[in-house]
Amino acid sequence: MTAKITIGPILFYWSAEDKLEFYKRIAEEDAVDTVYIGEIVCGKRVPFFEKHYDEVITILQNSGKKVVLSTLSEVMIPQDRKIVENACKKTTVDIEANDVSALLKLSNTPHRIGQLLNVYNEDTLETLAKKGAYHFCLPSELPADSIEVMGQSAKNLNVDLEVQVFGRMSLALSARCYHARAYDKIKANCQFVCEHDSDGMDLNTIDDKPFLSINGIQTLSYNYLNLINELDELQRKNITHFRISPHSHDISTIINSFNDVINDNISTKEAMLKLQSLEIPAPFSNGFYHKKSGYCFI
Amino acid sequence: MLLNRFKKLPTFLLRPIPLKILQPAINRAVSKVIEKNPQIFDRLATNGNKSILINPTNLPMVFLFKPNHLNPSVYAYRNENGLSYDASISGSVLTLLSMIDGELDGDALFFTRDIVINGDTEAIVALRNAFDDVDGSIANDIAQIFGRIGKKSLYLLRKIKRQEQKYGY
Amino acid sequence: MDTKIKAPELVCPAGTPASLRTAVDAGADAVYCGFRNATNARNFPGLNFTVEEMTTSVDYAHSRDTQVLLAINTFPPAGQIELWKQAINDGANIGVDAFIVADIGVARYISDNFPDIRLHLSVQAGASSPEAIKYYCQEFGVKRVVLPRILTVEEISSIHKQIPCEIEAFIFGNIGMMAEGRCSLTNYATGVSTNMDGVCSPASHIKYEEDENKNLHSKINDFTIDCFSCKENAGYPTICKGRYTSDIHKDPYYAFEEPVSLNLSSLLPELIKAGVTALKIEGRQRSRAYVRDVVSAYRLAVDNITAGKEPDLKNLIALTEGNKETQGAFKSKVWR
Repeated sequence: MTAKITIGPILFYWSAEDKLEFYKRIAEEDAVDTVYIGEIVCGKRVPFFEKHYDEVITILQNSGKKVVLSTLSEVMIPQDRKIVENACKKTTVDIEANDVSALLKLSNTPHRIGQLLNVYNEDTLETLAKKGAYHFCLPSELPADSIEVMGQSAKNLNVDLEVQVFGRMSLALSARCYHARAYDKIKANCQFVCEHDSDGMDLNTIDDKPFLSINGIQTLSYNYLNLINELDELQRKNITHFRISPHSHDISTIINSFNDVINDNISTKEAMLKLQSLEIPAPFSNGFYHKKSGYCFI
Repeated sequence: MLLNRFKKLPTFLLRPIPLKILQPAINRAVSKVIEKNPQIFDRLATNGNKSILINPTNLPMVFLFKPNHLNPSVYAYRNENGLSYDASISGSVLTLLSMIDGELDGDALFFTRDIVINGDTEAIVALRNAFDDVDGSIANDIAQIFGRIGKKSLYLLRKIKRQEQKYGY
Repeated sequence: MDTKIKAPELVCPAGTPASLRTAVDAGADAVYCGFRNATNARNFPGLNFTVEEMTTSVDYAHSRDTQVLLAINTFPPAGQIELWKQAINDGANIGVDAFIVADIGVARYISDNFPDIRLHLSVQAGASSPEAIKYYCQEFGVKRVVLPRILTVEEISSIHKQIPCEIEAFIFGNIGMMAEGRCSLTNYATGVSTNMDGVCSPASHIKYEEDENKNLHSKINDFTIDCFSCKENAGYPTICKGRYTSDIHKDPYYAFEEPVSLNLSSLLPELIKAGVTALKIEGRQRSRAYVRDVVSAYRLAVDNITAGKEPDLKNLIALTEGNKETQGAFKSKVWR
């Protein structure tokens, strides 16, 4: 069985118009099977797009896509908890839990487990599957040999397994907003300065080496994950879904590059050339998969 | 500058002790410490195969420490010229001894830059942790090997350190 | 004082048997430690306990009325979980007083096989809401949660009222800036994973280079994390405490946090009132000198507070990282 393409939640603070336009475009991409909507990074951004959820869900579902609402990855203050509670009440879409607080409500009902909820091994997979989780997106730092074991387990448990194959990797979450800090503000009065950076705010080392990228409370890799060369292997390891994480670069080219390789329409070499033609300033990485430093490309 | 660095130490410590006399005593000290604390090697694991330069910045010599479990050794040299090593640790002689003895915290000393480390950080960290698990005073054990002069040196060094802490110079 | 304060437990770190004895002798109510492998989050060279060392150490602690909490708080990668199960079996045989865990699979193994041994939820599980904590209590019978270092005292108090288990809170030591258990910065730079291998900023990948002007450059693998001029105090090079530049910061700045340590001595009475059962000191990777100094100082402080006297902790500052201290998130939300 060939794996399906999913579009991960938009990690960055894009305007409501930009998000709407993005999802309309995704609706037209036949290769996309599932779309994750919802804000997973910052609860303060939620009110700006929440009112458009139903519209987006309709657009995407009408074009035959599965739509999943992803929950916040860090849940702490009452507003965050309310957001998660409301999300878990939604009946028109399935929910993807990115934090254990959502599990309290989702247990014993069918749900998905997101990339930012730690599922590192077969025992955790089984424990959650028995409580209704039917689809798991694995942490991006999990290496190939562990992915293989997870694939076997998932197959036996009859659950789906997803890995991110493209886009900046989420490396850390924090209670502090580093976007606000960069602008000498704090999270409480941040004035949404994260809107300046549609793909993250890049950090360089003292000797001018690009290293990381800031997105509010989240720290991402500077490099872009690209597992185009590993798609075959991943499918053999029972990975059923490939996640593309949204960026401001031409999403159609990215989707088609991956889709064409999955369907043997083009070689990985050709697909790589197409992806390089996007002229993303940062290099590609696949180090985590190969048990090397995450920034490496093997 | 050089004088200034050494001026607080007892002069006999600054006199270049002939290495021929020093080295056999060091060998006895190493054997004794190792004999009493064999678990050090277990903690060092593969880091035992590395060599570490110990540089007491206020003494006119350096020591090359190879904590290999089959043949542990410490060699004294006048300076580090021509020596090859995996890592080095520098600090005043008493700072280094206090750290080995667990009287002072190595991390805190590093934060305040009372000690400076270079090269293979893992070797230093493993060594620090291995020695930190040793009960009692290694400094005392070593001083004893050197007899009366050793004990007197340690006494004077500790006295200087106490004064430093008291008067902040 | 109108109400008598219930004395909280002082939970202290031990990286070696000598440190454990030091902590016990200095007045720890409980000591936490781990085996010498990837099953715990301080898997540093030369640190931690063999099964034999753990056995004699637990005997030492128990004979002096001190508990031993075994940290098995990393996330076993698929295919390697047997090592974690072995650690749990060994801990149960030795008779540790509690397991501190983060991984759901590990928690389930303990609740299935050793339901009589107390289960503590590690800070590495990052359970920062009442719902998350309740989930672990409900599913695995967790008896105590170690709260992430991101909450204010007021928030801790509010959580206390909503959860069915005890709270352990950090009061002193190194504070990482990232949510615990959810940081792969080290793995990105070095190929060694904090979650899976139990090491943040592994010494094997750290280099200090002093240039001709006595500036100290600290590097993790290929990445320069910071540069300290000769007059500045240094910090241990963790990625989240480094200096970086960006489009809007042409001069290097601490993008995440400065090298500071947590010191909540002045907030102790409030924390105790907020319902914290146990006060935790960070630092299993630190020396026994640190353990002796911090534990004795806090022992005295806690005893003073419970006796209604003023605590004094001035001498702890030298042990803090870069000689700077912070109350972190605990004091107010402005920190965020």
